[in-house]
Amino acid sequence: MKVNDVVLQTAAKVVFFIILLFSIFIFFAGHYTPGGGFVGGLLATGAIALLLLAYDLRTVQQLLPFNFMIVVAIGLLLSIGMASGSIIFNVPFFTHAFDDFYLPLFGATSLHTAMIFDAGVYLVVIGAAMTIIQAIGGDS
Amino acid sequence: MEFVLLIFFPVLAAIFVPILFRKLKSIHTGWFVLIIPITLFIYYTGFIQTTMNGGHAISSLEWIPSLDISFVSYIDGLSLLFSLLITGIGALVVLYSIFYLDKTREKLNNFYVYLLMFMTAMLGIVQSDNIITLYLFWELTSISSFLLIGYWYTRDGSRFGALKSMLITVFGGLMMLGGFVLLGIMGDTYSIRELIANASNLVGQEFFILALVLVLLGAFTKSAQFPFYIWLPDAMEAPTPVSAYLHSATMVKAGLYLVARFTPVFAVSEVWIWLVTGIGLLTLFWGAFFAVKQTDLKAILAFSTVSQLGLIMSLLGASAISYHVDAGTALFKFAGFAAVFHLINHAVFKGSLFMVAGIVDHETGTRDIRKLGGLMGVMPISFTVAFIGSMSMAGLPPFGGFLSKELFLTSTLALKDFNLFNFSTWGIIFPIVAWIASVFTFIYSFYFVFKTFAGKRKKESLSVEPKEAPVGMLIAPVILAVLVVVIFFIPNVVGDTLVNPAVVAMQAGLYSHPSEVLVHVSAWHGWTPELLMTLGIIGLGSILFLTMRKWQPLYNLQPELLSLNGLYDSLMMAGEKGMNRLSRLYMTGVFRTYLIYMFVSIVVITLATLFIKDAFKVDFNSFAPLNAYGILTAVLLILSVVMILTAKTRITAVIALGGVGYSVAFFFVIYKAPDLALTQLVIETITVVLFLLAFHRLPELKRHGESKGFRLGNFIVAAGVGITMALVALSAHSQKLIPSISQFYKDTVYSEAGGGNIVNVILVDYRGFDTLFEIAVLSIAGIGVYSMIRLKLPGKGSTDESK
Repeated sequence: MKVNDVVLQTAAKVVFFIILLFSIFIFFAGHYTPGGGFVGGLLATGAIALLLLAYDLRTVQQLLPFNFMIVVAIGLLLSIGMASGSIIFNVPFFTHAFDDFYLPLFGATSLHTAMIFDAGVYLVVIGAAMTIIQAIGGDS
Repeated sequence: MEFVLLIFFPVLAAIFVPILFRKLKSIHTGWFVLIIPITLFIYYTGFIQTTMNGGHAISSLEWIPSLDISFVSYIDGLSLLFSLLITGIGALVVLYSIFYLDKTREKLNNFYVYLLMFMTAMLGIVQSDNIITLYLFWELTSISSFLLIGYWYTRDGSRFGALKSMLITVFGGLMMLGGFVLLGIMGDTYSIRELIANASNLVGQEFFILALVLVLLGAFTKSAQFPFYIWLPDAMEAPTPVSAYLHSATMVKAGLYLVARFTPVFAVSEVWIWLVTGIGLLTLFWGAFFAVKQTDLKAILAFSTVSQLGLIMSLLGASAISYHVDAGTALFKFAGFAAVFHLINHAVFKGSLFMVAGIVDHETGTRDIRKLGGLMGVMPISFTVAFIGSMSMAGLPPFGGFLSKELFLTSTLALKDFNLFNFSTWGIIFPIVAWIASVFTFIYSFYFVFKTFAGKRKKESLSVEPKEAPVGMLIAPVILAVLVVVIFFIPNVVGDTLVNPAVVAMQAGLYSHPSEVLVHVSAWHGWTPELLMTLGIIGLGSILFLTMRKWQPLYNLQPELLSLNGLYDSLMMAGEKGMNRLSRLYMTGVFRTYLIYMFVSIVVITLATLFIKDAFKVDFNSFAPLNAYGILTAVLLILSVVMILTAKTRITAVIALGGVGYSVAFFFVIYKAPDLALTQLVIETITVVLFLLAFHRLPELKRHGESKGFRLGNFIVAAGVGITMALVALSAHSQKLIPSISQFYKDTVYSEAGGGNIVNVILVDYRGFDTLFEIAVLSIAGIGVYSMIRLKLPGKGSTDESK
């Protein structure tokens, strides 16, 4: 049975980018207002899951042709690397550093190493959730 | 130079072994490996001068300073002796292995990596002053021994032997760790030297005896003492160079080292003397007695090793007595000297014997002594080496073993005159047992060499035509055999350079300089009782050896089941079967059952704690006021739950479950927890999506033939969990046993962590460790789900991995 889901598919194309942008916004918002890597990652997963529902697994795999397990690995490496990076500066494991910077385009920005750690969390969440979704949803 | 780093030299060099093995196929990898022990040996000989003058050298490397754990290389006479044995015999064994292991057929990359790893571990044991790192190296020897025994891992016997040795020695190692921790607490230090210095304060303490027994368990399992020796014969499945190195010359002597090292700490205790001497002597007898039963060349050597280790152990026990008698009258100074001296002798002659056994195996294709005989003519050099080694083992002149055997008899005779700790009544047993054991030692030494090399050739039983081994293979055993003879002629040189410094280290406090040990060894010392005992041994031993065919079958009278091996096997079987049966009892394979276990345990444990601790309190004052939104959301929540319960199709249930999640998220919104609300909403969405994706795989929603009782049971469990959670939440909210940490977060979130959102800063900073582990767990879960679904194994094979 072929279902006609033009409405869903057309809407998904637009909404996908909105959710993705929102997830990135939420990720950056994290340190001062609600949000963060975990929610951000979940939202991005939600965006991809929407595409999955509107189209099918194969289309999504063609759109995002990478192995999500590698995304997990990159995320973990990023987090652990950040946490252990502090050892090089002779401060205890997991010590964060932060300061305010003036960046062109952004203006006064506060940068924090926690963001790198959170980016790792973001990637692990997307990677793990998508690995599970693809494994369960995929036809064996 | 910081010579503590040299301990790690072999294991670091091991990194290059696989590369060399792959890239330079034409050269046997062993040649490169050989450089390492030789270099170390030469380096360590440089310390002889220091230790001969009663000095020591020390070098340390911090590891975990906050826990007082560091790598400390402390070289005194005892450490040096062992270091020289490890590197010296190590070099000879590597040389021998180059000819023993074929470079095209064997996995040399594995072999030499394990061997170098072992070398590091062993050097670590004998040089560590810190008992925690000593323990680390100790277990590393067990692991490398496991890997080496299982080197030919396709053979059942290798795997069995490897596992057996691992189980027994690691058990001992763990016990020893317990002993070390107790010592560390009692002495307030992990340093052996400081423990020895504080020994007098340790004695009266509550756990002194327990620590002593635990440390001894470690030593006894490693040094294959009765009743733990059973792993050693099975370890003979290892390639012969390994048997020669680990299982006769070095690793099994780690236990002796430990006993020697801790003698100054424990010697004051009567338990120590009785256990070490008694178990040692029992092992000496037991090993010698059963060595005669064996028919495999290496098994004979294994039992003889057990027996000789027992001999040295009993001497170490006797040497502890010198702490209880006046130094002037002490005959027991002989014991310490004899122990160290025999340790050297044993390493030398047993190493050569193992190598000969390997040669025989290599050239004839069998180690079964019943198939061998008459090899003297074809393998003259091997025979000579075996003859020298065996005669030394039997304790005959002019070989090194004779001297240490005489010293041993002197020491046991002295034991009967010792009049503390009931030795005056029981002491007479010691020389008698020692004498009987020596008779058997004499028999198996002759049995080993003459049944193999003398008599008639049994051509039909050998698959290949035997010939003398290649020259390269003979170098190492010949060097050892020469040493056996040389030691006999210059015992006092060996004594001054190696033995006396070791004795001083072992009996710290009794001597201040090695020259005070004053033991003079001479081959001829008059018509003493020990010489008469030796003559008796030769007489009775010869008679028994010649009539061996008549009485050897008597050994078969002992049923296999009643032996210690039988005990081990039945224990293992019982463990395997019993555990299997036990897990089958509750592992039904139905998720529902497992969930019930978990839920019931949560309910029972939590409720019991709540009521026993009288922790249940409700304080209505601290509750937030009800509002219309709250009531509405609660109604929505209840409606969704009812809908799940009454749903006829699964999709309705899934959607209603989503409703439950969203209503909870609304609560978060109402009570001002935006982060939680956000997360909850997204999680619910993704959960529903997952359900939809998996939907077509799930079976039809059936009421599984549910009976009334079944539904009632589920109801009770569900209600129990709900009530428990409600009670816990209420109690937790109503009483604060410790002040809340919230204020700390509020105060520091900007100044210390540079953030504004406490929830998120907790995640990435305050409790970043938690998050790190959580994402690690998440990754593992992802990979787990993937592998369970995608990597289906073809067919339903046997789940028993050991088959």
